[in-house]
Amino acid sequence: MRRTMLFLPGNNPGMLGNGDVLGSDSIILDLEDAVSPDQKDSARILVRNALRDLHYEGCEIIIRINDLETPYWVEDLEAVLPLKPDVIMPTKVSGGAYIRRLADKMTEIEEKNGLEAGRTKLIPLLETTLGIENAFEIAKADPRMAALYLGAEDYTADLRCKRTKEGTEIFYARTRLVNAARAAGIDAYDTPWTDVADLEGLEKDALLAKSLGYTGKAVISPRHVDIVNEVFSPSEADIQYAREVFEAIEEGKRLGKGAVSLRGKMIDKPIVERARQVLENARAIYGGEF
Amino acid sequence: MSKLLGSIEEAIRATGLKDGMTVSFHHHLRSGDYVLNMVMDAIAKAGIKDITINASSIHEGHAPLVEHMRSGVVTGLETNFISTSVGKEISRGILKKPVIFRTHGGRPADLLNGRSHIDVAFIGAPTSDDMGNCTGKFGPSACGALGYAFTDAQVADKVVIITDNLVPYPLTDFSIPEIYADYVVKVDKIGDPKGIVSGTTRITKDPVALKIARLAVECIKASGLLKDGFAFQTGAGGASLAAAAYLKDVMLKEHIKGSYVMGGITGYLVDMLNAGCFESILDVQCFDLNAVESIRTNPRHQEVSDAQYASPGAKSCAVDGLSVVILGATEIDLDFNVNVHTDSNGYIMGGSGGHSDTAAGAKMAMIVTPLVRARIPIVTKKVQCISTPGSTIDVLVTQRGIAVNPARQDLLEKFKAAGLPVVTIEELYEKAMDIVGDYKPVQMGERVVADVVYRDGTVIDHIYQVED
Repeated sequence: MRRTMLFLPGNNPGMLGNGDVLGSDSIILDLEDAVSPDQKDSARILVRNALRDLHYEGCEIIIRINDLETPYWVEDLEAVLPLKPDVIMPTKVSGGAYIRRLADKMTEIEEKNGLEAGRTKLIPLLETTLGIENAFEIAKADPRMAALYLGAEDYTADLRCKRTKEGTEIFYARTRLVNAARAAGIDAYDTPWTDVADLEGLEKDALLAKSLGYTGKAVISPRHVDIVNEVFSPSEADIQYAREVFEAIEEGKRLGKGAVSLRGKMIDKPIVERARQVLENARAIYGGEF
Repeated sequence: MSKLLGSIEEAIRATGLKDGMTVSFHHHLRSGDYVLNMVMDAIAKAGIKDITINASSIHEGHAPLVEHMRSGVVTGLETNFISTSVGKEISRGILKKPVIFRTHGGRPADLLNGRSHIDVAFIGAPTSDDMGNCTGKFGPSACGALGYAFTDAQVADKVVIITDNLVPYPLTDFSIPEIYADYVVKVDKIGDPKGIVSGTTRITKDPVALKIARLAVECIKASGLLKDGFAFQTGAGGASLAAAAYLKDVMLKEHIKGSYVMGGITGYLVDMLNAGCFESILDVQCFDLNAVESIRTNPRHQEVSDAQYASPGAKSCAVDGLSVVILGATEIDLDFNVNVHTDSNGYIMGGSGGHSDTAAGAKMAMIVTPLVRARIPIVTKKVQCISTPGSTIDVLVTQRGIAVNPARQDLLEKFKAAGLPVVTIEELYEKAMDIVGDYKPVQMGERVVADVVYRDGTVIDHIYQVED
């Protein structure tokens, strides 16, 4: 279950040391934009040591590596893959070939280190207009694909428009990306809210992403974690309704009914599927039986 | 009649101060204080030696004291807190006699019961009249409350009020009345306003401190103590102040009306008063300009003496009514003993202040601290120095879990029922060790450089010399 993916700069020991206590479902240890070129080596070593020595408890580890156009990405992979991170996040992904090239290199490094090939998944950052157009091709490019993730800052620069809080300019990208991800059977993650202090705006933006079908949202500040977690968690009412759906189905079976209704509405396949997802998410978030 | 003298030198002569005597100072002007340095320079100039200083706290601005110690003008120190510069020299053994560390409540108790004696009290006062009615609420060097000077004024053989804002007699809104004052001296400046109070105290943005603060407030909610009549104290730093901000939200949302809040007062606590979270503030010391403004204008913001704040010798004192206190620690051990006197290298860099007093008085005493601070584990097997006994500490809140003193099974049950991340303190220790690895304990020398006197007058620990 991944509602929040929190970015942590790979060159900040204090943040790396406490990454797992900030409430985020995943943490992204960033070797890319948060790290200046003259710090790339030290950040890579620091992230490698953090993976080796710290026990991140109850928190998925994602490593954002440098773009395949830079001289850093292979060294990034060689440093971190042997330590078995959950996910690699490549950036500026514009097509399936990019993913295949990266996945081949990952397999090579995994095999060299005696690891099961394919164990580390991929969540690429789609942040170019071409990447958005090729979203489905990217989503289907490799079995490692776990999700697509929209990066709106670079995308709007590529689109040659201003990034706004309302987000009208990224509406197409949001819907195209989530549709492609769902069509490929994987998750979709929304772009971060960049105004650290505007928590109301964050909540509105997260609710919009959720309403479009997104699984969760990346965050750039620990202050944003709780709000995004709450938005992407099933509400008590959702959980209650989902339980009632399954109770009604059981009751229908017991009575030998072909069609079952709940609260005056026929329970059809999509309703059952949605109820199943709600309970699955609730189990992942809160633990226990739902 | 006027008690006004022309200079500090004249006042020293008038008081009859001589070799071997004890002089006292308060710390309301904090790091901006000029008074202690001016008086000690004048004492040195007068050729007087072997002086003991009894000061409620020694701050960074008092670093010139080191030279007076080196030259033999100052040979003894009794205080509740020493910051880094002077602390380091004490730890290196600059004084032959061990420093006596008391608590904010223990100091007035010992002064009033005669265990400790002041020959001459020099009281810096932001405003005074020429008969010694004085206050900290007004004047260019306003510091708000003068709580730590009350007992000195009461018990010292001679009392000298030193002010930079002399007003016509009578000053009506006084804190300390003329009945205690022997002399008044007007100087150009008693302190640097920038060092006396900060403009505003800001809440930390450190996400780890904020997480600890949130957990602390969850503990307070789960304890059952957060109800009408709630009395609260918290510090001004790191997670402590952030906890106050979260607590304010909870109290307003749940319509809880607390009784009083106290401690070093900041604008955030003033906001809580004004928002209706508490009926009153009991203020022994102000930390920022908002607090100074509030004590000057709001009758529900009441100045109290050090004895009323925390003295175990008083017939009653305010710490005993506290529901919850949130405190910090430089170390806490597996028995919940807390060190706030020495740093990780064994150097003196603090002191109890009101730590032990509030921990003893409050129904729930909480330590909030990151588990590891800059590679130094805060939870240790044994603290270098016991400042506050573990028997008075109930809860430790870190970002990696909450440990409850085994003596407080009632709290443990409540926290578990509330689903809080409760662990044992041994587990926290293991987690800290897992992060920092084995470390070499500091080797201390054999000579005692300070005695830690608990609020009841017993020596509970010694601080040893650091060998460079």
